[in-house]
Amino acid sequence: MLELKNVKKVFNKGTVNEKVALSGVDLVLNDGDFVTVIGGNGAGKSTVLNAIAGVWPVDSGTITLHDTDITALPEYKRAQYIGRVFQDPMMGTAATMQIDENLAIAARRGKARGLKPGITAEEHKKFYDMVKALDLGLEDRMTTKVGLLSGGQRQAITLLMASLRKPDLLLLDEHTAALDPKTAKKVLDLSDKIISENNLTALMVTHNMKDAIAHGNRLIMMSEGRVIYDVSGEEKKNLKVSDLLQKFEEAAGEDAVSDRMVLS
Amino acid sequence: MLALLNALPGSVAQGLIWGIMAIGVYITYRVLDFADLSVDGSFCTGGAVAVMLMLGGWNVVPALIVAFLTGLLAGYITGLLHTYLKIPGILAGILTQLGLYSINLAIMGKANQAISVDKYNLAVSLRYINKTIIVSIIIVVVIIALLYAFFGTEIGSAIRATGANQNMARAQGINTGRCIRMGVALSNGIVAFAGGLYAQYQGNADVNAGRGAIVIGLAAVIIGEVIFGTKHSFATKLATSVVGAIIYYIIIAIVLQLGLPSSYLKLLSACLVAIFLGLPAIKNGIGTVKPDKED
Repeated sequence: MLELKNVKKVFNKGTVNEKVALSGVDLVLNDGDFVTVIGGNGAGKSTVLNAIAGVWPVDSGTITLHDTDITALPEYKRAQYIGRVFQDPMMGTAATMQIDENLAIAARRGKARGLKPGITAEEHKKFYDMVKALDLGLEDRMTTKVGLLSGGQRQAITLLMASLRKPDLLLLDEHTAALDPKTAKKVLDLSDKIISENNLTALMVTHNMKDAIAHGNRLIMMSEGRVIYDVSGEEKKNLKVSDLLQKFEEAAGEDAVSDRMVLS
Repeated sequence: MLALLNALPGSVAQGLIWGIMAIGVYITYRVLDFADLSVDGSFCTGGAVAVMLMLGGWNVVPALIVAFLTGLLAGYITGLLHTYLKIPGILAGILTQLGLYSINLAIMGKANQAISVDKYNLAVSLRYINKTIIVSIIIVVVIIALLYAFFGTEIGSAIRATGANQNMARAQGINTGRCIRMGVALSNGIVAFAGGLYAQYQGNADVNAGRGAIVIGLAAVIIGEVIFGTKHSFATKLATSVVGAIIYYIIIAIVLQLGLPSSYLKLLSACLVAIFLGLPAIKNGIGTVKPDKED
């Protein structure tokens, strides 16, 4: 279970560029929840994910994961609980390292790293099977540098890396936004598959309202650094894009017109 | 021409010793993507420590090991400055380098300490070029083998991942700060070891021995890459850096034979490195190359 209590974050405090990114986020995720996150630009969607991942410390509030207070943990220590896929396909993998080497790094997430081999013979076989299951034909290119792969391929590998050791929480930060529509759908389907097969708890930020409705069991909408709408179960299944747009206008008021364009 | 041929073995010997230093530079510059200038100081530290210990009656092997360890420490300090105090890498290296100048003087007690090959059992010496070449080749092979093994371990892979993509590394639970400190320390350890060899080769430890060392190290790495390309295994890339250092010293020998006063050597080094660093841009036509944004 993930619990955010009154989490606040202000960037560039005390300067002309001061920006309230999170103005008191309260959020509880139950185990097995697959929550999609929508909202306009600057609403705080990605910021929430970064706060949970520990990219920077929050100003106030607490973040608890499975009864462990992780608020003060540095990013690399939280990684033992959290799998992540980023918007930028370049960000989730090491371009100058091979596919199998990247996977081997991910296979040691949360474990102490010593002078044992960075990758074992057993793992070679295991990774081959896993990559083959992606059905991208990458299993025969295991020693290819990841930098030579396409954005979609890299995101697929990153997804695999994020879930290689089952995370308590999977964070997907607009991970299909930089891909062409066809590849985006593939990666999204793959995300669905990995989440349901491993029964993962996940937060997925998306710009696409249709995707937000079609995936997951719960949807939250953010505006001005807060969660303004939280819907799950049957109610979520029956949502339409027009409902969301209306919700959005109610909440956002005068800014709705410009943000609506971003959302649609 | 004959004079040049006579100078050739000496260039190879010097190139091999500086090639070991270049291997250290490769670790920071290429593996960690960290331009570390502390090596100008730690190269000299290695020489100072090795020579003073041997003058004090130590055997050459333990003296070189302690030189390696002091280099390790020097690099670790640069790493601390960078990762804990968030000082930019280049500046952190310059601070360590400057501080080491005083430390090197303190170690030696004066600016120069001679060690005679007639009185001490040195590993290498310019008086015995053939022996120097053989010993240096053995050391190069051993160091490359050890590094190849190390960078294949879990820790080694974590350091490589840190150099390749810090975001990815942290997301995969790697303590990137620690990896940077370890990598820079290891690099400087090797550089100091090379400094210990070089002092023996020259027959003295000198407080100015490391001046411009980073430029020679970079020159070696880059000459190796330009001539042999970059699509090789890790071990081969380390080896091409060593060959790059040898080529560098052969070029120097040729230029000296052509009559360049030796006081112009540093200028020549700087020009050589600028040319080799700029070669990709020159090939593509100057000014048309966009800055490389990928990191």
